[in-house]
Amino acid sequence: MAETVTLWVYRGDQHGGEEKPYEVPLMPGMVVLDAVHWIQAHLAPDLAVRWNCKAAHCGSCSAEVNGRPRLLCKTRLDEFVKEGVPVHVRPMKTFPIIKDLVTDVSWNYRVMRQIPPFQPREPAPFTLYQRDVDRVQEFRRCIECFLCQDVCHVLREHHEQEHYFGPRFMARLAELEMHPMDAGDRVGFIRETAGVGWCNITHCCAEVCPEAIEITNNAIIPLKERVADRYWDPIRGLFRRFQKTAP
Amino acid sequence: MVKAGPLRSCQGVGKGGVCVAQAAEPEARTVSKATAEPRWWVEPVATVVAFSLFVLYSAWDVLFHNTGQYHNYISPYFSPNVGAWLGVHAVPAVLVAWVPLFFRASCYYYRREYYRAFFWDPPACAIAERPRRYRGETRVPLVWNNLHRFFLYLAIIVVIFLWKDAVEAFIFPNGFGVGLGSLILLVNAILLTLYTFSCHAFRHLVGGGLDCFSCRGRPTARYRLWRRVSEWNRHHGLWAWVSMFWVWGTGVYVRLLIMGVIHDVRFF
Amino acid sequence: MLDIETREYDVVVVGAGGAGLRAAIEASGRGSRVAVLTKSLLGKAHTVMAEGGIAASFGNLDPYDGWETHFYDTMKSGHFINNYRMVELYTKEAPERVLELESWGAVFDRTEDGKIMQRPFGAHSFRRLAHVGDRTGKELIRTLQQKVVTQNVDIFAEVTTTRIFLDRQGRVAGLFAYHRDDGHFVLFKTRAIILATGGWGRMYKPTSNSWECTGDGAAMAFRVGAELQDMEMVQFHPTGMVWPPGVRGILVTEGVRGEGGLLYNAEGERFMLRYDPEKKELSSRDVVARSIYREVKAGRGTPHGGAWLDITHKGPEYIKRKLPGMYEQFKKLADVDITKERFEVAPTVHYTMGGLRVHPELAATNVPGLYAAGETACGLHGANRLGGNSLGDLLVFGRRAGMAAHEYVQNLASLPEVDEAEVRDEMRRVLRPFEVEGGENPYLIHEALQTIMSTYAGIERSGPELEKGLAELEELKARAERMSVDGPLHFNPGWHTVFEVQSMLLLAEAIFRGALERKESRGAHWRTDYPEELPEYGRVNFVQTYEDGRYHIRPEPVPEMPPELARLFEAGVAPGVLRARQAQNGREETK
Repeated sequence: MAETVTLWVYRGDQHGGEEKPYEVPLMPGMVVLDAVHWIQAHLAPDLAVRWNCKAAHCGSCSAEVNGRPRLLCKTRLDEFVKEGVPVHVRPMKTFPIIKDLVTDVSWNYRVMRQIPPFQPREPAPFTLYQRDVDRVQEFRRCIECFLCQDVCHVLREHHEQEHYFGPRFMARLAELEMHPMDAGDRVGFIRETAGVGWCNITHCCAEVCPEAIEITNNAIIPLKERVADRYWDPIRGLFRRFQKTAP
Repeated sequence: MVKAGPLRSCQGVGKGGVCVAQAAEPEARTVSKATAEPRWWVEPVATVVAFSLFVLYSAWDVLFHNTGQYHNYISPYFSPNVGAWLGVHAVPAVLVAWVPLFFRASCYYYRREYYRAFFWDPPACAIAERPRRYRGETRVPLVWNNLHRFFLYLAIIVVIFLWKDAVEAFIFPNGFGVGLGSLILLVNAILLTLYTFSCHAFRHLVGGGLDCFSCRGRPTARYRLWRRVSEWNRHHGLWAWVSMFWVWGTGVYVRLLIMGVIHDVRFF
Repeated sequence: MLDIETREYDVVVVGAGGAGLRAAIEASGRGSRVAVLTKSLLGKAHTVMAEGGIAASFGNLDPYDGWETHFYDTMKSGHFINNYRMVELYTKEAPERVLELESWGAVFDRTEDGKIMQRPFGAHSFRRLAHVGDRTGKELIRTLQQKVVTQNVDIFAEVTTTRIFLDRQGRVAGLFAYHRDDGHFVLFKTRAIILATGGWGRMYKPTSNSWECTGDGAAMAFRVGAELQDMEMVQFHPTGMVWPPGVRGILVTEGVRGEGGLLYNAEGERFMLRYDPEKKELSSRDVVARSIYREVKAGRGTPHGGAWLDITHKGPEYIKRKLPGMYEQFKKLADVDITKERFEVAPTVHYTMGGLRVHPELAATNVPGLYAAGETACGLHGANRLGGNSLGDLLVFGRRAGMAAHEYVQNLASLPEVDEAEVRDEMRRVLRPFEVEGGENPYLIHEALQTIMSTYAGIERSGPELEKGLAELEELKARAERMSVDGPLHFNPGWHTVFEVQSMLLLAEAIFRGALERKESRGAHWRTDYPEELPEYGRVNFVQTYEDGRYHIRPEPVPEMPPELARLFEAGVAPGVLRARQAQNGREETK
């Protein structure tokens, strides 16, 4: 008889629900998503879960395993089996539930539309050096799993979606702001509309990022500094004015 | 036939909208029995204890003493001796202690720590907070954290004096010597230098604010400096803690010497 | 009047991968009202899985590269059953399309002198693949996604499309779909449809393909009279992960070999030196996949039935910089540190070269108003796709499909009408799985299909085995008639699976029929009973149609290259390589 593991999976929709136990045979190297698939195929065909690639490239299978926002395809079951702790799988808390492990992430796509796009300074091909694009490439690793949005307490606990775009879009804005060939100016937008001031840099977004993007240190804090340049630094303001008038 | 499901939001469809599944209302979901990390409270509690003790000691040392000088050693709480320049002799440390205080209070790393430990905003990642009004750093006084860079400038001046103190700590009345206090003051200056120059605002200042390092020709010195500072900046939190404890320890050491509780150890 | 949500567009694009988004950008940019339908969320399509790069002959590193050489490489690797015109257009236009991405915000890796970096890849004569580490597909789809949201395009995410409607004159008139979140039906009335639904690798196991790759678009089109071509051509990527079982099939990018990774069998022999002494590990995918397969069959396989891939000699620094995704993937999922140890790889189903037969310039199928681009279309890759040619394919033919669909809509004399009776029939059909009591579980039918395909129509094929597989498939199809699902309509993956399984079953038979008809071995199609590549088969593509539940297959002549293109093959080496050699000789003589 093969070894089994019990998964407590949240079943429900906007009317409520509860965690239900499912016993799943364990295979070497099994991830939580494998177990969820096994449940789908053998016990509950209507168990709702989003997934696409099962290789941590697409960022579809975001959920919370034992309270921690994670990708189901990257969360190994043996880490829980080894410690002998039960496995609880729940949908992301920040977003309204649709069914079971599937949540409504549409807000993110609406935010995405508001961001002023890339505005090339000159027509391609660009002459760009690797050292100048390293920073930008880090942010472009993002797989849009929205785990950072899920864990961000501004969105998760305070529901300030009206005021703050969340870490994912801070990284997106940083990638545009730091792009050497971008002619746009988004500093005012970052302060007013995107609400960078709402972030209190508590780093949870970077902690859960499956792509290990340093969202707080490399995106949000540099953006806060750029905002400070513009709005909080009279000395630099004078300097800028001087630079503009100088030939 | 079709059972009622969630509403759908198709905002702006017809003029480039996104139509994505949308649930009716954020429902109240019961909190899972399993939390992210059962011992999540350890970190904030430890931080509260450490910060509180440090602040209490510092306040005592700064507010209840008129000097921090013991021969050629000067307590970092009392340096530079602005009081002497201005002719103020009562609690002179107050005149300088506000610089490191505000520098640390507006530091991006300390902000993380006190928002988590004292404000519980959030106490730890994915841990429920008490429902409470939250404005982030958009309102007075927290919005003043944007002034961090000015405290950095002042802190750099202080660091210069601390190096002067460190050098003087090796110059005894009978010439060059090394005491335990000399070494403590030297390490103090080193740690504060690392902490100060790994600052996020400094990282921004030296190059982080540029969009392109080599668009005007070859990569500049600013690029190399930015890379270096970025490297230090990764450990900014570590320097923050270590330098804080070291300042504390240095202050305690000098205070105990002044009080005659202990005697300095001279190596040669 | 129909009591369902109805929407009207000029062009509906099905699929939000690279081809779909590129097509939508083009059609809407020209002024068509465009909707994009995707069964996943925006930005999650299988395109994100592409790792290696986009082949475009900039010659940034190797100045002798050019479209002719790219043309030569592609035709040769496709074993000359590619549509030459598609290859020509593709190789000429790919660089332009890549630069366009750059101007929309894509950030490629750079060369020392600030140009787009290019990496070597299997069977490309030069360093040719524009890339971003090992996540080029993600860069491509993200760039297109960020572009499309700024344009006037409506995006319907998590919508399952089940049927194409034609009007009385046989022109495209609409689409039937439902919203996955609540099972709510929607009728899209449209003048043109662009199918960009990708391949159907998920009918095999192991496969590197995403959940989505079930051939829905090709199946829908096939049902309404569109022609399928080269269905027997299924590409096995030589290097998929092998162990642990949960990750079996996940792709190990060709970039590992491109960056210097070497293949060994269990005896420690670098066996590619034996199979292809010239190109070795960087031989074309069909050759490398077959070589690994043969080694395993000969008893020289690794413990879990694969070959060893070793890149440790490049050093941890280099590996982590050039292949960060691979490093992560193995560390996290397999507990293997690829900077320190070799790892097991085995062939995995990767790409379907076959698909909808399209006009090479217009991406149009034989059904008026129906277009297809990307993996779901056919013709560019012939019998074997070159690595790096799929991303370029999406861009070049996605754009062309968008252009052509827009033109078609402009010239449409009258608005096609959807027959309401057909819509009602489709509503009934779509709901049927809920009415069947105690029927077949769609997930298990899918598993059974994967077993049949991998056993009988896998990397190695033979007439009797194919016949056997076809017979088993027929039985499975009969069982699949009674697929049933339980539960609510809203976000019910079991229900959704029913339609995917139906699509795959339809296309699976076409694979068997094509494979039986092609009595030779060519590219990805390897028949042990006909092991030779035969010239008479090199002149034909097998085209299939579907009428009243029956498959019809016919040979169609491969379009003949005009003399100026045929001339490129006279020397027996790629034109750029020849020029490089001449230049080299010239230099030596002057010395």
